[in-house]
Amino acid sequence: MTPTPIRLLIAGLLPLVAASACSGATGGTQLAPIPVARRVQSTPEAIAWARADSVRLGWVAGDANFMTGMISHHAQAIAMSRWAPSHGTPVIRTLAARIINAQSDEIILMQQWLSDRLQPIPEPNPRGMTMNMNGMQHEMLMPGMLSEAQMHQLDQARGVEFDRLFLTFMIQHHKGAVAMVKELFNTYGAGQNEVVFKLASDVNVDQITEIARMERMLGSMASAKPAP
Amino acid sequence: MVPVFSARRWASLSFAAGLVAVTACGGSSGGGSPSPLMSVMAPSPDPRVGLKAGKYDAAEAAWNMRLVSNTKPSEKFVGITNSDLAFSRNYAIQGSYSGYQVWDISNPANVTLKTAYYCPASQSDVSSYGNLLFVSGEGTSARLDCGAQGVKEPSSKDRLRGLRIFDITDIANPKNVGNVQTCRGSHTHSVLVDPNDKNNVYVYISGSSGVRPADELAGCSSTAPDKDPNSALFRIEVIKVPLAHPEQAAIVSSPRIFNDLIAPGHHGVAPEDKAELEAAKAKGAFVMSMGGQDMVLPNQFAKMLLDSVVKARSGTGPATGADSAALRAGLPALIAKMMGQAPGGDGKGPKPGPTQCHDITLYPAIGLAGGACEGYGLLIDIKDPVNPKRIGAVSDSNFSYWHSATFNNDGTKILFSDEWGGGGGPKCRATDPKEWGADAIFTLTNGKMQFQSYYKMPAAQTSLENCVAHNGSLIPIPGRDVMIQAWYQGGVSVFDWTDAAHPKEIAFFDRGPIDPTRMGNGGSWSVYWYNGVMVSSEIGRGLDIFELTPSPAISQNEIDAAKSVKLDYLNAQGQPKFVWPATFALARSYVDQLERTKGLGSARIASTRQALSAAERASGAARKDALNQLAGQLDGEARGSDAAKVRTLAGSVRNLTN
Repeated sequence: MTPTPIRLLIAGLLPLVAASACSGATGGTQLAPIPVARRVQSTPEAIAWARADSVRLGWVAGDANFMTGMISHHAQAIAMSRWAPSHGTPVIRTLAARIINAQSDEIILMQQWLSDRLQPIPEPNPRGMTMNMNGMQHEMLMPGMLSEAQMHQLDQARGVEFDRLFLTFMIQHHKGAVAMVKELFNTYGAGQNEVVFKLASDVNVDQITEIARMERMLGSMASAKPAP
Repeated sequence: MVPVFSARRWASLSFAAGLVAVTACGGSSGGGSPSPLMSVMAPSPDPRVGLKAGKYDAAEAAWNMRLVSNTKPSEKFVGITNSDLAFSRNYAIQGSYSGYQVWDISNPANVTLKTAYYCPASQSDVSSYGNLLFVSGEGTSARLDCGAQGVKEPSSKDRLRGLRIFDITDIANPKNVGNVQTCRGSHTHSVLVDPNDKNNVYVYISGSSGVRPADELAGCSSTAPDKDPNSALFRIEVIKVPLAHPEQAAIVSSPRIFNDLIAPGHHGVAPEDKAELEAAKAKGAFVMSMGGQDMVLPNQFAKMLLDSVVKARSGTGPATGADSAALRAGLPALIAKMMGQAPGGDGKGPKPGPTQCHDITLYPAIGLAGGACEGYGLLIDIKDPVNPKRIGAVSDSNFSYWHSATFNNDGTKILFSDEWGGGGGPKCRATDPKEWGADAIFTLTNGKMQFQSYYKMPAAQTSLENCVAHNGSLIPIPGRDVMIQAWYQGGVSVFDWTDAAHPKEIAFFDRGPIDPTRMGNGGSWSVYWYNGVMVSSEIGRGLDIFELTPSPAISQNEIDAAKSVKLDYLNAQGQPKFVWPATFALARSYVDQLERTKGLGSARIASTRQALSAAERASGAARKDALNQLAGQLDGEARGSDAAKVRTLAGSVRNLTN
């Protein structure tokens, strides 16, 4: 079988899924773009369908900005979660692994949506969304995203301290995603498209649920008691 | 390269794997007789793996069931997402993001379209009661006037988010008789038919999207409840619908069923997990307790701490027994110190917890509901329909997003599903853990839920197939808990959860991906048993109807007995209690089950079958005498682990005399 774009893109995911490499000791925080789905392509049929769909409900720049911004937002959550196996304790591993899995799949979906609408597909850059302003490239942090200093601080932490920081920072990060969804729905004409509405709603409930879970985890850490 | 996700029990306890080998899952555990279904062999290799893709020509795989018909969507519904199903008389009502279609399923092999009602809204969750049809609207593009153009303004009087009510007395011409707007829209809804109230029905609204602005719908507030008591968060809505005046339907209460929800144990501890933990403890592993759950400290971390103990006494070399003892004693304080005071632990700020439910399954026959609410599964007392009360809650670290609930017919078990990834993700790949995006099965005793096991459709799917636990219903096979469930592009799966700790798949149907190049929009949204057939809402391909075929896992008698249960209507989220009419098929089903479990000797099985056949041929007093005699004999032989079932058989034989 000839490799289709999707298959290549899944292959691109594998290193991410198997993330167990330790990047800690060297000091410098490694933040390469997450190798996900940069080869997404759309078939003529998909483009035609997206066009027909757009005639019905349309989409606006706000939708595309949301999808574009959320890709780097997700990329940073994945970068943070990839440290969990090497830096943290098992307490957060299930959570971190699920963030990697869930948000990688969502990145593919967002890239596909942009591709079908012939929009630029951003690299999943954990440093932020790359913006062209007056010919200069800027990396813009979406709401809730960690600063470079925060990322470095997290990368330096180990054990229970990493867990605590991870949860604290991920709550901050998730709250930013929830704010992005709110912003989307406050934008004229945005959020009408079925895929955008569903993705935004899923991000909203999934991350609100995860925030609550992380707050409980932080709370139970504070009240850790000896085993009988 | 070892993929991180491959471990069978990669749960919060499984890091004990570093200390003890992970025990294989499934299999027979200690007590009790092995499940008779364990000997039912699924086809191998699994024919669902590697099916050819295609919209209407995808390859299909089926086991112990068959596709009776597939009916493509009508014109305005092609390419639009099909959603949930409701049933009324001989009609299946299929929700769609375009509205809903009403199908006449009197002849399952030749389904005909009764009407296609165009009125766009996501998700168009549907329910029926009497002459009324209820349809949910949640998406921001749904309009009161059913227009297709959407609503561009963030705040608009044209928007419908809530419940549309239709009169379907003339089902070919539904009339929109009322709408109830709600602050968060209606993602799903559940119709509560109160046994003590013949004049009204109640509709519980679960809204999982954002809160509408107050200038769009007065009184809507997304401020936390401690700052605004009218907050639309942390509550559900109850709509009262007067049956004589459905146009007067209105919200009558907004119960705050999440108040003071204290975090329960955060993982369904399976027997395997317990065994691992005990083994690790026995080997002297360090154990810490977090949130009421014991966890084994991983080797690496324990070593680091031990080294620091050695260092603290200015020692060198490996840690001694005294060092270990010191660590064991000091561990709790050490952990607490490293954690510091957690944010939110001071009682200020919003309390973590669910702000809404995704779906609620009402089981009025036992006065209970199962609420699938963000990170929790709730047990809710619904005897007072307007004032539901939470009486129990479970949580599970393997569950991402609690999606829906199903009770077994006796009300002694409850199954929750986890729609990990929201349904758009391919969560059934070989690399996805079996506990994620799965069902969790709990026993229900005196209002207490006790975790027993996970169930996940077992066939690995491709990355092109969205797949996760979704909607299903019980199949009324007497004496067993059997359910059919939709798994999106993972197909539909029939499984037996009579043995709550060992659910087992006994039938399935699956197609290849709907699109060979990408994640397409397809698969089964929901599949429900209704009057002898299983009807599936295929998101992209239309309406599928299946029937069971007899097999060692389900006998023809069991199928016939299941078909004897007739309903006038069905909303799976308002679960009906099945009652089986007295039939020879019912009695023979119990005989088949006793044969399967070896609850009666083979000679007794054969003579019972002969006696039933003879009685069926006889009539009048002769039949009655023969049946009473057989029932008496069976009662006399009820002993051992299957005594109750033998008595049930005897009772079903005796009922045939009426």
